[in-house]
Amino acid sequence: MLALDTATPAVTVALHDAEGDRTLATAHKVDARRHGELLLPCVDAVLGEAGRKLAEVTDVVVGVGPGPYTGLRVGLATAEAFAAALGQRVHGVCTLDGIAYASGLTEPFVVATDARRKEVYWARYADARTRVTDPAVDPPAEIEAAEPQIGRLPAVGAGAVLYESVFRGVRRELPADQSAAALARLAAERLARGEELLPPRPLYLRRPDARVPAGYKVVTPR
Amino acid sequence: MADEPLVLGIETSCDETGVGIVRGHTLLADAVASSVDTHARFGGVVPEIASRAHLEAMVPTIERALKEAGVAAFDLDGVAVTAGPGLAGALLVGVSAAKAYAYALGKPLYGVNHLASHICVDQLEHGALPEPTMALLVSGGHSSLLLAPDITADVRPLGSTIDDAAGEAFDKVARVLNLGFPGGPVIDRYAKQGDPDAIAFPRGLTGPRDAAYDFSFSGLKTAVARWIEAKRNAGEEVPVADVAASFQEAVTDVLTRKAVRACRDEGVDHLMIGGGVAANSRLRAMAEERCAAAGITLRVPRPKLCTDNGAMVAALGAEMVARNRTTSAWDLPADSSLPVTEPHVPDPSGHSHDDSRSHDHVHELSRKNLYT
Ligand SMILES: [Zn+2]
Repeated sequence: MLALDTATPAVTVALHDAEGDRTLATAHKVDARRHGELLLPCVDAVLGEAGRKLAEVTDVVVGVGPGPYTGLRVGLATAEAFAAALGQRVHGVCTLDGIAYASGLTEPFVVATDARRKEVYWARYADARTRVTDPAVDPPAEIEAAEPQIGRLPAVGAGAVLYESVFRGVRRELPADQSAAALARLAAERLARGEELLPPRPLYLRRPDARVPAGYKVVTPR
Repeated sequence: MADEPLVLGIETSCDETGVGIVRGHTLLADAVASSVDTHARFGGVVPEIASRAHLEAMVPTIERALKEAGVAAFDLDGVAVTAGPGLAGALLVGVSAAKAYAYALGKPLYGVNHLASHICVDQLEHGALPEPTMALLVSGGHSSLLLAPDITADVRPLGSTIDDAAGEAFDKVARVLNLGFPGGPVIDRYAKQGDPDAIAFPRGLTGPRDAAYDFSFSGLKTAVARWIEAKRNAGEEVPVADVAASFQEAVTDVLTRKAVRACRDEGVDHLMIGGGVAANSRLRAMAEERCAAAGITLRVPRPKLCTDNGAMVAALGAEMVARNRTTSAWDLPADSSLPVTEPHVPDPSGHSHDDSRSHDHVHELSRKNLYT
């Protein structure tokens, strides 16, 4: 199983042996502006380290976001193309679920990642495996206004670290970035339980910025 | 000929998701998914909408092209992709998919230049490009005169627009006339019923002291808008067909005049015209007339190959394979402003198989160093 995620500033790739429940190799690079350049070399490094070929992979797992779009699409386009070229299965997993899973928390908590424009992508969880709200994108202050208890919940993810004044329960000792190894283990667990994973389609959560132009502007000087 | 390179090409620089497959100079498949209708109500291409549409269409379009060509992906000799110039987010979808396909199949990757691809596509229509070739590229995004002694390694910019692209001027005039987006085809249609000499619109940058090969369409666009407004303000009806014909005449007059002049000055006896505006019927007719008069052989691909498509990328990729050019690296970036002087993006650490000596004679052609 090959897992990859480009929905956060991290480019993260892991090769996971689901049967033996072990991670064979991982690669992790953080550079929010170079997802497109870093992903393939990371995949190549992971396969090289494990001494495996891409054709041996049966399942591709990809983080479907939410995340900044340009980077997010790199992972999805890559995963889909791998799967199409080699006839592999491709599964989508919500990026926030991967971060939640990696936290290992057993109590209710919140995951928040940086959505830029002073907003976060976020969701609430009952425990590391169980999301209880749909992923959403909001300014932290509005989340707090709508859910005043949010400041008391443990919080993980780079969005929580960034807006600590709202996410006061931030757990800095837990990984703030996505880990493809956690994403792979979560996907393997869900597949073993016979659960259906998501299609490899992006969770954008925002509409594209586009405005219908105002009426035609007159050019004749008055 | 089965030993000619079989290459798949991916193009996502603007609003068309294009995947083409060629064998040497032979077109096997040309699959296109367009998001143009989604952009129409915004009066222009919205980058984020285009990028989203590319991701949706990417893999299905690749599969459609492979099926259409009747070839197996494992038989490909290479995967080519537009590395730039174009919309950054849109390019990145194609580049990511191309890398993944090439890597998965164990095939060489060629990141190529969108403009050089527009020129090279003519090999699918009229066979090997003459060396050198003079190219006039006109579309909503570009208006350039390029001299290409070797389409895989040496493309020199002679001139380009200093403001609007030719296709943009068509879009803007169509908007003033309330004819919708895109403007090119609809203006062409109206112009057929109009008188091209009805209104004397200005020919930009054609004075004796103006840059010989540069274009300017912004002044023309404003002149057309003012003329229409004057009619409307006077309460008169706007003669749409005459405006369309006269505007189109002004654009095509300047384009063909400068292209023919460039051929003469550089001693080139072939002109190719590419890009979406090359589908314009008046441009084709006028170029034919003027080239014939000047003893220049005109090459214009069929309209579907002039607009953005994957076949043109595959055509240039096949030429890269045929000439043993260095492949691109797995960290190939999408470069929204890739210079036209770089027909492809070779691996910086790669070993060059470039046998440039065999093409030395054409590099000497104009005895000018156009890079400086
Ligand atoms: Zn183009």
